[in-house]
Amino acid sequence: MLIGKARDIRSSEITPRDVFLDRRALLRTAGFAGAGGLLPRVLAADDAIPEQYRRLKAVRKSPLSTKEAPNSFAEVTGYNNFYEFGTGKEDPAAESGRFRPKPWKVKVDGEAEVTGTFDYDSIVRPHALEERIYRFRCVEAWSMVIPWVGVPLGDVLKRYKPTSKARYVAFETVLRPEEMPGQKYPVLDWPYVEGLTMAEAMHPLTLLVVGVYGVELPNQNGAPLRLMVPWKYGFKSIKSIVRISFTEKQPPTTWNLAAPGEYGFYANVNPEVDHPRWSQATERRVSSGFGSLFNARQPTLPFNGYADQVASLYKGLDLVRNF
Amino acid sequence: MVDQRRIRLFWRPLAHLACALPLAWLILQLAEVAGLSLGPNPQLVIRDVLGEWGLRLLLATLAMTPLRWLTGKPWPLQFRRLLGLWSFTYLALHFVTYFFLDRSLDLQVIVEDIAKRPYITIGFLAFLLMIPLAITSTAGWRRRLGPRWLELHKLVYLIAVLGCWHFYWLVKKDVREPLVYIAVLAVLLGFRLWKRR
Repeated sequence: MLIGKARDIRSSEITPRDVFLDRRALLRTAGFAGAGGLLPRVLAADDAIPEQYRRLKAVRKSPLSTKEAPNSFAEVTGYNNFYEFGTGKEDPAAESGRFRPKPWKVKVDGEAEVTGTFDYDSIVRPHALEERIYRFRCVEAWSMVIPWVGVPLGDVLKRYKPTSKARYVAFETVLRPEEMPGQKYPVLDWPYVEGLTMAEAMHPLTLLVVGVYGVELPNQNGAPLRLMVPWKYGFKSIKSIVRISFTEKQPPTTWNLAAPGEYGFYANVNPEVDHPRWSQATERRVSSGFGSLFNARQPTLPFNGYADQVASLYKGLDLVRNF
Repeated sequence: MVDQRRIRLFWRPLAHLACALPLAWLILQLAEVAGLSLGPNPQLVIRDVLGEWGLRLLLATLAMTPLRWLTGKPWPLQFRRLLGLWSFTYLALHFVTYFFLDRSLDLQVIVEDIAKRPYITIGFLAFLLMIPLAITSTAGWRRRLGPRWLELHKLVYLIAVLGCWHFYWLVKKDVREPLVYIAVLAVLLGFRLWKRR
């Protein structure tokens, strides 16, 4: 499979490392207008990353990043859908304090030669960490730009040597009602499960995420391990993963089980296919403050703007029926 | 016995103040006074907070008649119009927020929303039905319309049903909160049916 670089970025536009490291200062002095913002965005106060989060070392920049301006750390960590901690957008930040992402083990099973239970280090350490700035599109029609840190999922999966029978990869979130108060109510059928086709899982854009903004993942963002599949609606990018299974058949997925008419297995971002209750043609880019109040919605792009890289995965597939 | 003077000079201003509090709080957050903030996605927070308070005040309006029956006192009826108009104010602002801030006055999209999204259709219908009630809420209109006034204002039951339904239909999965509103409405309407027997 030939994977091109994102069309919206030329190698000449990739920010040199030293400039990047001083990015926040650069943005402050530039006083840049955020996507459609009327006022220059002030990043100073709410963009500071609290000391409690451990910095990740040796993180490479990735050419697969978008050049769009990322949302602030406060936005990325303060406005979340993570029903395990409650259904409100502020619940994950407020209710995830008791969650313990360390130590962490993941069970790998199913159609693979190497199976068993593996700890976090054995899963992540063999790979070089990359920062990937991706667009993130929620099925609820809001979006962000987020600087994730992670490793390509495909590189990780290859080490477990999936057999020729493996056509899908299933993922499962940890079940800890004592630490995750949202799991005490059957809003969804816990534990949360998700799945990808093998081709989707092996695609270079698909990231196994361990951090954000250069630090370890905060609990509310799916610590310590989560997926990021940037061309799909956010609910596909399962958080706090404890199980990876290679399967022959398409695995069940939580939101599809909850409302099969509203959430499909594929869940590719598609402005042409509306959610039964709202339009997916436009999205609201999350932004804070009085100055952002009059920002208009922006058009949603097919495959969330990653069509050049991923549309070929779905050749011949009816994307309206397979929503 | 609560006397008229005290209602007029104390209780009614207090009720106005209480009804204005959520709006004032929203404005303080919007102005980012003393470190307050609406957080990311302020348009949606404003829209939702206004809608929720509009619906709460609508239910409070509908609670006044049962309250009169329960207490045997006439004073609850003197708050009915006040509560109803505050409910209308919040719901009008809810609509304006959707129209201007969420949809940025994009008429084509708004028309499509109203036509294609059932929860928006019924919410919009409920809002339209409230307008004649707000206009004819004055003493003058009440006198002019005579017995037809009461018939017209029975629309409030339909409006409340549509409003709760709108809320139930728009949540993604967690229907616990809209179910509370529906339960309160069921009690308030059930009380009336029971009383009529």
